[in-house]
Amino acid sequence: MTRSLLRSAIGLASVSAALTIIMFRLRSPVAAVFELSVCSGFISVLFVTAISLTNPLTRSEIMERMKDRLNRFWYLPLIVAAAGLALSLMNVEIFLRLPPAEAERDVRNVLWNMRQLDLLGHIILLILGSFGVAVLFKKQRDK
Amino acid sequence: MTLETLIRFWPFFISVVMLFIIGLYCMLVTYNTIRVLIGIELLIKAATLLIIIAGYITNHLALTQSLVITMIVIEVIFITVAMGIVMGIFAHNKGSLDVRDTRNLKG
Repeated sequence: MTRSLLRSAIGLASVSAALTIIMFRLRSPVAAVFELSVCSGFISVLFVTAISLTNPLTRSEIMERMKDRLNRFWYLPLIVAAAGLALSLMNVEIFLRLPPAEAERDVRNVLWNMRQLDLLGHIILLILGSFGVAVLFKKQRDK
Repeated sequence: MTLETLIRFWPFFISVVMLFIIGLYCMLVTYNTIRVLIGIELLIKAATLLIIIAGYITNHLALTQSLVITMIVIEVIFITVAMGIVMGIFAHNKGSLDVRDTRNLKG
């Protein structure tokens, strides 16, 4: 939430990089590589491209909006503190019932052999995404 | 989840909570559509980290990694389409990315 949008995008990329390190430390290297290449790389490029294609706000506009934001949301930290206190007092017990871990040692086995229906949804989602982008940019070209 | 697990993994749990709060704040407070997307990204990152920690604690690393990979793919599709919509809003509203200017859905 910095004043500059570009700095926010760079901050997001650094959060992704930090998350990658945590994933490596928690013995999840495949997910970490995906996070680094896709989230820290591709999504950051998308954000920077979108920011460079749009008009930035002037400094006076930014300051005015910051003041307005402080006036509108002064009570938010109090709500977060109250929610945290309420959650800590609730003492929720979570019971996870999972199959033994020996069945899914290899991530490739889980990805390609144990979730066929998920993969179908995955493929449909990919097609829908490309279709959505095509429709959006076609409309802009028509104008 | 036992108290022992919480004590052992407290830095990770604090990171999850911090990411969640920052993402929620970013989404609630701003009027800029690109910043709203950055907030959503942060919320997704909090969820990703929580899944990875759960996999490490329960020793289901392969399952959680495949879940995270699926999440990343969905995240990319969502962000790409949302960015296209943001560009459309920008062109339609004559250079404004303010969400208050997008209340008119005519045509």
